[in-house]
Amino acid sequence: MLNFTKIKIIIIYFILFLLTSFASLNFFYDENPILKKKVNLGLDLQGGSYLLLEIDTKPLIKERLQDKVIEIKKFLKKNNFKYNSFLINENSISFKIENDNNKKFQNLFFSTKDNTINQYIDQYRTHQFDLEIKNDNYLIKFSKYGLLTLNNSAVNQSIEIVRRRIDDLGTKEPTIIQRGEKRIVVELPGLKDPSRIKDLLGKTAQLNFRLITDKKDDFGSEKMTSENGEEVIVNKKIIMSGENLIDAQPRVDNQSNSPMVAFTLDRYGAQKFGKVTTNNIGKRLAIVLDNKIISAPVIRESITGGSGTISGNFSFQEVTDLALLLRSGALPTPINIVEERTVGPDLGRDSIISGAISLIIGFVLVVLYMFYKYRIFGLIANISLVSNLLMLVGVLTILEATLTLPGIAGIILTVGMAVDANVLIFERIKEELRTEKSVIHAFDMGYSRAKITVLDANITTLLATVILFIFGTGPVKGFAVTLGIGIITTLFSAYFIARHLTSSFVLRNRENIKL
Amino acid sequence: MKYNFNFINYFKKFNFVSLILVLLSLFFVLFKGLNYGIDFKGGTLIEVRIQNNDIRVSDIRDSLNKLNLGDVNVKNFGEKSDFLIKIEKKLNNNDSLISEIKTSLDQDLNEEVNYRRVESVGPKVSAELLKSGIISIGLALLMMLFYIWFRFEWQFSLGSIIALFHDVIITLGIFSILSIEINLSIVAAVLTIVGYSMNDTVVIYDRIRENLSKFNKLEIDQVSNLSVNETLSRTLITSVTTLLALFSIFILGGEILKGFSFAMILGVIIGTYSSIFVASPILRYLKVSSKTLEKKEDKIVP
Repeated sequence: MLNFTKIKIIIIYFILFLLTSFASLNFFYDENPILKKKVNLGLDLQGGSYLLLEIDTKPLIKERLQDKVIEIKKFLKKNNFKYNSFLINENSISFKIENDNNKKFQNLFFSTKDNTINQYIDQYRTHQFDLEIKNDNYLIKFSKYGLLTLNNSAVNQSIEIVRRRIDDLGTKEPTIIQRGEKRIVVELPGLKDPSRIKDLLGKTAQLNFRLITDKKDDFGSEKMTSENGEEVIVNKKIIMSGENLIDAQPRVDNQSNSPMVAFTLDRYGAQKFGKVTTNNIGKRLAIVLDNKIISAPVIRESITGGSGTISGNFSFQEVTDLALLLRSGALPTPINIVEERTVGPDLGRDSIISGAISLIIGFVLVVLYMFYKYRIFGLIANISLVSNLLMLVGVLTILEATLTLPGIAGIILTVGMAVDANVLIFERIKEELRTEKSVIHAFDMGYSRAKITVLDANITTLLATVILFIFGTGPVKGFAVTLGIGIITTLFSAYFIARHLTSSFVLRNRENIKL
Repeated sequence: MKYNFNFINYFKKFNFVSLILVLLSLFFVLFKGLNYGIDFKGGTLIEVRIQNNDIRVSDIRDSLNKLNLGDVNVKNFGEKSDFLIKIEKKLNNNDSLISEIKTSLDQDLNEEVNYRRVESVGPKVSAELLKSGIISIGLALLMMLFYIWFRFEWQFSLGSIIALFHDVIITLGIFSILSIEINLSIVAAVLTIVGYSMNDTVVIYDRIRENLSKFNKLEIDQVSNLSVNETLSRTLITSVTTLLALFSIFILGGEILKGFSFAMILGVIIGTYSSIFVASPILRYLKVSSKTLEKKEDKIVP
């Protein structure tokens, strides 16, 4: 175990040199994609906000089922079925079909070619909807994969909208990623107070334009309260929705000096809006955002240019936000904020300082203790400890890992536990020295006999960190990363670097070795 | 240094002590329960720093009580000017709770309040975090069981798992007695303890296995005693270096790492104790002898 070939020595120190060079990249700045690698600081160290969003698909499911009812009714009429008792439940549609004894509806509903009523999802080899039949009662609900596809598209759309809203605010380097089926992680480094972003994300921003009528027709209209608290009856028919908006900007009205939002419509929207405003001069238009009237102006002239303004009792902040929401588009379904963690920049700085101090003190204590215990071999163990830390930082840099406060704790713990490998070996050598006359042979036996123990001992800790990595979230994951990589660099430094140093020392001073 | 303690005399006594400690811990965990933090119970946590030293805990509490938040817990946190506010009320969808609290504190204290940390976890997420915490600890124990089974004989695997349960249960028992808050970092600490304690046990088991085949005339108790003695110096040195690092975090690492490092310190002490006084003597009850090894003869050679 004490013999090293030249090539082996070169490889060992080349790896050490390479990883140390990577570690040193953290102190420089360079544009090169490899040279600009750095260990990232977690939100708990640099300060910032972490938000976990969850999309609420219930309203979306209901909406889709409502659309489906209309389609199914049409479909039933076209195919001459006799049906009645249509009902929309929480997540299903139920109805009755009379005398469909030869399962004609079922066959049509599950046909795989050109099925307009129940789309076939090729990717999952299944239909969008399931059908349950009991006597004449039919129950249609989303299939497992139908629901999954719905979820996925809603999450993807939401991520897009969330990104637009956050980018619009000009936050630096936000991270927005999907987690699990229904969740979105948003990380906003450097953000002190996420309340404005929370407000903006909390609004679905579904905008539509509808006419205010004076007819109390129960089916086609509903009662709503206008922005001044006045009760009005609003036609349910949507003239135009936010989808037709291309742009929206905050403006100040030249005459009244009050803030307002100026919007621009696409071609289809402009045509539609022009037609409706021309035909309804003198009537009032309700501008409805998330089922609340935000403004209800009287149509004074036809608006055919494809642009208009929304004014009301808004503050400048409100019009800025409204314009942003309208520009970024509506969320397909509401979003809830289910977890929030914000760390102020000064706490982050304090954490870095106290983390660094405890690392240095812990390191110095361990180094002194090892030197006291093993003298010259303690020095070797300490050199291997330093190389260990350099390599650990080097690997973290290559992976561009995120360093968190628990991650720093993981590094300090690595310092404490890394010497274990060398302790195991040295203690074994001591035992061998008691029975073995040849010093070199004792060292050789010590290294080879301790090998399995060192491996076993470290693999158990590594297993625990792997689990922590899989199940842990946020800062805790950072702990698993540093501790796990620490174990691997520990094995390398004990079995290659420390062993090489020991062997060159022992081979040179074979006569007076004391351990 | 070469140790030659006669642990055999103590094995039985300490086994009894361990049994009592485990039962006592179970009693506390089951009846007093664990003090779950917002990670696992849901709620809101706010850490503030106020430069004016005259502000007391009661001032903050009075201000917050006006908001009808239910159970509010305010305490000093580290330095005198730092406070930790914990609100049990579960945050519902997009609640503006945090902004309301900030407004109320800013007005009532009439001081510049520095909001150093705000965390709020909804009930659904906290339930999931708790579940994944329990699963991860269970899974870690299971993986250890299989690893030792794969590397040693089943008796060793069972012995090491009993020692691990011993460590985890007593650590949780102490947490329950001292009402220390259980949060995500404590789960990380418990998992690391599992790894560390296993590490210690494996080193001694490796030696027991080696000595069993070397001295096949000796009783298992004597082999355990010999092996514990032979590895004692390593066990102690590693515990010392690990504890040096951990005390450094505990004292200098700031308030956030206090609970974590305290749990680890407890775990290292209990883990070291258990590998000597639980994992080794238990092999006798599992009827381990040099014959146990014969079936796996090919694996003994270190």
